[in-house]
Amino acid sequence: MKALTNRSKIAVDKEYTFMERLYFPAIIKGMMITISHLLKKKATLRYPEVQKEFAPVYRGKHVLKRDEKGAENCTACGLCAVACPAEAITMTAAERKKGEEGKYREEKYAEVYEINMLRCIFCGLCEEACPKEAIFLTDEIVKTSYDRQDFVYGKDRLVEDMNKRIDITKRQKKY
Amino acid sequence: MELTELIFKGILVVIIFAITLVAALYSTFAERKISAVLQDRIGPNRAGPFGLLQPLADGVKMFMKEEIIPTSSSKWLFILAPCLAMITAGMSSAVMPWGGNLIIDGETYALQVADINIGILYILGITSVGIYGIMIGGWASDNKYSLLGAIRASSQMISYELAMGLSVIAVVMMTGDLSINEIVKGQPGGHWNVFYQPLGFIIFLICAFAETNRAPFDLPECETELIGGYHTEYSSMKLGFFLFAEYINMFVSCALVAAVYFGGYNMPFINSMGWSPNTVTIVGTACFFLKIAFGIFFFMWVRWTLPRFRYDQLMRLGWQILIPLSIINVILTGLGIIVFK
Repeated sequence: MKALTNRSKIAVDKEYTFMERLYFPAIIKGMMITISHLLKKKATLRYPEVQKEFAPVYRGKHVLKRDEKGAENCTACGLCAVACPAEAITMTAAERKKGEEGKYREEKYAEVYEINMLRCIFCGLCEEACPKEAIFLTDEIVKTSYDRQDFVYGKDRLVEDMNKRIDITKRQKKY
Repeated sequence: MELTELIFKGILVVIIFAITLVAALYSTFAERKISAVLQDRIGPNRAGPFGLLQPLADGVKMFMKEEIIPTSSSKWLFILAPCLAMITAGMSSAVMPWGGNLIIDGETYALQVADINIGILYILGITSVGIYGIMIGGWASDNKYSLLGAIRASSQMISYELAMGLSVIAVVMMTGDLSINEIVKGQPGGHWNVFYQPLGFIIFLICAFAETNRAPFDLPECETELIGGYHTEYSSMKLGFFLFAEYINMFVSCALVAAVYFGGYNMPFINSMGWSPNTVTIVGTACFFLKIAFGIFFFMWVRWTLPRFRYDQLMRLGWQILIPLSIINVILTGLGIIVFK
């Protein structure tokens, strides 16, 4: 068989030479290798104090965005739920009543919007499917919990807080 | 024996026992730190500054664990085994000369608990008794892995003790005395035995690794094949005693290597500095502990470098290579003594 690279070595069942059978040269060589690691840079991060920065394309917990006036972008069209390969998203649509123009941007809105974070695979397809720029994945992490029900995130935990707006410019589509 | 000397010896016993225990305690910490550093990690750093309280945390953890005695085990032997391992480990440091003589109020006190004239034999004997702890533990557990580990431990220790004794004989021939204190006195200044007995030193070192059951000869307790070997069934502080005894044994073997081959409390130029005898003694003791510390580092360095031997390789190395080599070493030493003296 022809070798694909020149890196492969042919294993030969040869007798050890005298130097190899002495063991000591090999042992000293090995010990020099380990001692050379004494002063090398450590790979460990002291985690809670030092945290590694996420990649700009990191996909974490979702956010339901509001527009500049504070109205929810989501119109409960259901495209995200259709696009979701893990079937993690459910929602119930409702019609906007008079006087609610400041709360919802368009005539229809999501009364209930739930993402099951245990089902979610953080693929970002919901974000791609959304025609209204309403749902985005952020660099926040979904917190752990002892209760499965705690992982079903409703609107209370998904909709953006106007006092703490989340920057999603890194994830907006670039046409 | 006078009363003052009795008091002095009593204090010395307590101090040496405390030092041995603390050294063993911090060996566990050093082991974890050194293994971490050699693998580009940081190691324990949470308990106390730089993780210095980690051994205490480990000890508390050991004490808090559930104590399990298997129903099919021989209960008394099961309890006796870790005690025996611990007692023999603690006994072996009694004949070690930790320093020269201290002169207080015109009286001379030796920094050695018992200067018996067969010190080397005493240590070899005590380490042989130490096998019983492992053997009884493995036997009493009523577990095939424990028994296999115990059998391996005893056969390994018996076969390596021969080579160890033979390599020490060469040193004894040069010194003409079995007392460790005399052996240390026989290598003043920089005339360490390691320069006169390089082959014997290497044989002794290899046997010391095997005697303390440490890598690359840690077959009695190899986790990958025997899930812990002789201490498979042990839990809580009984397990802690076995592990702790191993570290004490390592400390004592390093002390023995330092005393027999690296001149113990002797250092080059220490007598030509013009210090008072007491200062020389204290500096000598410090040097001795420095040598021991380096020895312990070396033990750990080897452990985190070399993979474990296979069992037949271990036996072949012991019986077919080390014992003939040590006999040759004895013959060469005898010839050297006849020619040069």
